[in-house]
Amino acid sequence: MKELSLNILDIAKNSVKAGAADIWITLTETADMLTISIRDNGCGMTEDFLRAVTDPFTTTRTTRKVGLGIPLFKLASEQTGGAFSITSRSAEEYPDDHGTETKASFYKNHLDFTPLGDVVSTVVTLIQADPDIHWVYRHEMPGHTVALDTDELKAVLGDVPLNIPEVIAWMSDYLKEQYAESA
Amino acid sequence: MKSLAELQAIRDKMQGKVIMREGSGDIRVVVGMATCGIAAGARPVLNTFVEEVAKAGLADKVTVTQTGCIGICQFEPVVEVYQAGKEKVTYVKMTADKAKEVVEKHLKGGNVIEDYAIKNI
Repeated sequence: MKELSLNILDIAKNSVKAGAADIWITLTETADMLTISIRDNGCGMTEDFLRAVTDPFTTTRTTRKVGLGIPLFKLASEQTGGAFSITSRSAEEYPDDHGTETKASFYKNHLDFTPLGDVVSTVVTLIQADPDIHWVYRHEMPGHTVALDTDELKAVLGDVPLNIPEVIAWMSDYLKEQYAESA
Repeated sequence: MKSLAELQAIRDKMQGKVIMREGSGDIRVVVGMATCGIAAGARPVLNTFVEEVAKAGLADKVTVTQTGCIGICQFEPVVEVYQAGKEKVTYVKMTADKAKEVVEKHLKGGNVIEDYAIKNI
């Protein structure tokens, strides 16, 4: 992956597939560290599957036997000296409190740090595909925070769907302007 | 600065229209967005389709959606075009520029761009 924002897009799709109603994407940045968390309240994973999930030969896809999404994200983090973790509680074992959090940290000054890239595009792409999910995006930087919560937009939009072109364009501009302010 | 008031204005403008839109959409553009597609550049392809379809005034007729792995990862980014009564068209190794062209020539003009497509599998 050329940008970490593409890893975020890929990992968040796992949360969609897990049937999550709410997905939180949180980026926390300090002067030299970036931490990315993708958390959901989807079906979760059993302990056995969780143990195997960073193995490229573990996958839920049916078209082939290789799944690279999680291994690639883990590699991107660890190659900067960062840490990677997945915690999960399956719906079978924890019917009232289930879901998954995938978390990776990165040393931004490391030679092998992959740039974050076009994260606005990632957020908009996710909402375009699954407008019925409650998406909460938050990027905390020193002295500035960029945020978007689809529930707040839905409260204004009423019956008008989030993924019509006009709203997609608005969301993209809304986030871009927030980033421009931080620059 | 973008404000929620602007969003309110979009709502007021769209409310009547949206109901119409749900019943139509006779062309479906499906972009493969699994790990393989994303790594190969599917995100800008998807975004270009969304933007260009709206710009061309085709939003009532064309729905742009995403799917998982289509199974031909070596040809990603892959885009499938479904239209009632016609055979599915599979475009491979797509780019944002090619997506623009597909909107113009195929979705608007009705002519499949054979050079970018593969025979149905």
